[in-house]
Amino acid sequence: MSRLQKKFDELKTLNKTGLVIYLTAGLPDFEGTIRAFKLAEQAGADIIELGIPFSDPMADGPIIQAASYQAIKNGMTLPKVLGLVKEIRKFSQLPIMGMGYINNMLNYGFEKLAVDAKAAGMDGFIIPDVPHEESEEMRRVCSGQGLHLVEFVTPGTTDERIKETCTTADGFIYCVSVNGVTGVREIDYTPINNVIAHVKKQTDTPCAVGFGIGSPAAAVKAAAKADAVIVGSAVVKLIMEDRFEEAGELISAIRQALDKR
Amino acid sequence: MSKGRFGKYGGQYVPEIVMPVLKELEAAYEQYQADPDFLAELRRYYVEYAGRPTLLYYAENLTKYYGGARIYLKREDLLHTGAHKINNALGQVLLAKRMGKKRIIAETGAGQHGVATATVAALFGMECKVFMGAVDIERQKLNVFKMKLLGTEVVPVTTGTATLKDATSEAIRYWAAHIEDTHYIIGSAVGPHPYPTMVRDFRSIIGREIREQIKAEAGGRLDYLVACVGGGSNAIGTFHEFAKDSDVKKIGVEAAGRGPGIGDNAQTLSNPASRPGVLHGAYSYLAQDDDGQVIEVYSISAGLDYPGVGPEHAMFHDQGIVEYVGINDREAQDAFQLLSREEGIIPAVESSHALAYLGKLMPKTQKDEVVVVTLSGRGDKDVQQVARALGEEI
Repeated sequence: MSRLQKKFDELKTLNKTGLVIYLTAGLPDFEGTIRAFKLAEQAGADIIELGIPFSDPMADGPIIQAASYQAIKNGMTLPKVLGLVKEIRKFSQLPIMGMGYINNMLNYGFEKLAVDAKAAGMDGFIIPDVPHEESEEMRRVCSGQGLHLVEFVTPGTTDERIKETCTTADGFIYCVSVNGVTGVREIDYTPINNVIAHVKKQTDTPCAVGFGIGSPAAAVKAAAKADAVIVGSAVVKLIMEDRFEEAGELISAIRQALDKR
Repeated sequence: MSKGRFGKYGGQYVPEIVMPVLKELEAAYEQYQADPDFLAELRRYYVEYAGRPTLLYYAENLTKYYGGARIYLKREDLLHTGAHKINNALGQVLLAKRMGKKRIIAETGAGQHGVATATVAALFGMECKVFMGAVDIERQKLNVFKMKLLGTEVVPVTTGTATLKDATSEAIRYWAAHIEDTHYIIGSAVGPHPYPTMVRDFRSIIGREIREQIKAEAGGRLDYLVACVGGGSNAIGTFHEFAKDSDVKKIGVEAAGRGPGIGDNAQTLSNPASRPGVLHGAYSYLAQDDDGQVIEVYSISAGLDYPGVGPEHAMFHDQGIVEYVGINDREAQDAFQLLSREEGIIPAVESSHALAYLGKLMPKTQKDEVVVVTLSGRGDKDVQQVARALGEEI
């Protein structure tokens, strides 16, 4: 059983909502990312989504765009992200999902990447510009290495597509809360909750809700039907501004709010 | 593999949010491309509003100048708004109308596609937003003002390099948040399926007219087709009709800018260093660095400096159906002046790249052969910039 599956089983046993924290690899730099990782783990993160910076991140809002741009300028590359994971594995067993865009991965060679990522200690990938239709080959390669390839549903995903996605869903299903890009804002979670209810009838694969969640109150709302919530931009913004302590406090506050549900 | 492939190129590499609207667009396009009413309406706007068919002009002076094959110019520069861009904008706005969309969005680099989109939005009374890099807004004030005059909101994009590729990403992001009521008119034969096919179809009228017109003009003989390639839409519109005519040599001319260095040119197919990758939803050739980050490319022509290229061109390149070559800034400027002087036609600096290739091609041709160059746009917009490059302030 993978680190990710074990984590979701454990959460289920404890009747807890999982907390996924997104960090941009290379923000503010290599060492800074390790510091941020430790901080997130101590503050109660269950899973880390490690952003592989790309020059043209189509699914991301201004904060993560700026973070990626800065990380690239600071010299972060995909091989260095793998080095970062290796370094992290010396002190942590938290599941790490590499979140990145397909071009960097194809450029590296997807099969080689799967082998190297597995060896480094990564648990799988989240690739926002690979929808279900384009994912077949990558699913095959990932499953050959025992890596998870996360798929997506959104408020607009049709019943037919939900069904297809549920047949191949692996690790967890990324439930995008709203039509748009990443970034903190007020969101009505009803539409995605309806989609999650639909998903739950068809698969046991855990559902994690992301996009827009920036506060304990928002996390609680987002967690209504989900197994986990994903927090990205709110934490990245604080790290970008060198406010590490506040980032840790925000993660702790969200953790506590989720545990009190 | 998904639909919408040209060989191994193309596809739909977009966030899940955009998939439902791509499917909606695909279904609508499949329906209307075979709908006689839709096609008749499009035809009417092509003829009565845009000015089709465009002339196929025998450039006698230019032919004499080179002393080789007979040179014809396909005069897309004579269309309303001054460039071939209107062909696609009209097709897509009519489609958007039938899909019940209320708002049109577009990206633009130099502003030509932005102006074409703003024009059709004004004509059909639709709300329009054009995303444009802040750097380009500063460089292209005239087109920015034209768009505003036409009732369009120009949205400055300050992220990344603040140029065309970032404007395209931002348009896609806006679209993802407004899929119900918004249609995205992409400006070239790039992007996720069905765009490369749809944009090509709306532009293929160029090639179809060439085939008809050349029959009357040159007894049907055609040996060479030359067109400039940025994203590659006027070129695909020119070449697609002749893809199976192996006796017609097809040459796509990319911008070789100021040299072969990284970031000094906009050559994606004619540059041995470039390799396939994914940008803005499609797998095609891409200017990228060793880590797979997209490079900001350069050309004197703001209409050619896109780091990607349409997926059908990628296939044509691999299959040898089209030959792709590079023309640098200086050669393009020389051709800009040559056509002005010889024929009294001021060409767009984009089209000047195609014209400049004649300097290399003509010595290899015979007098009884026939060359058609697609003159994709007129050069009024470029006069100031070329003057500056020649050391004159106007």
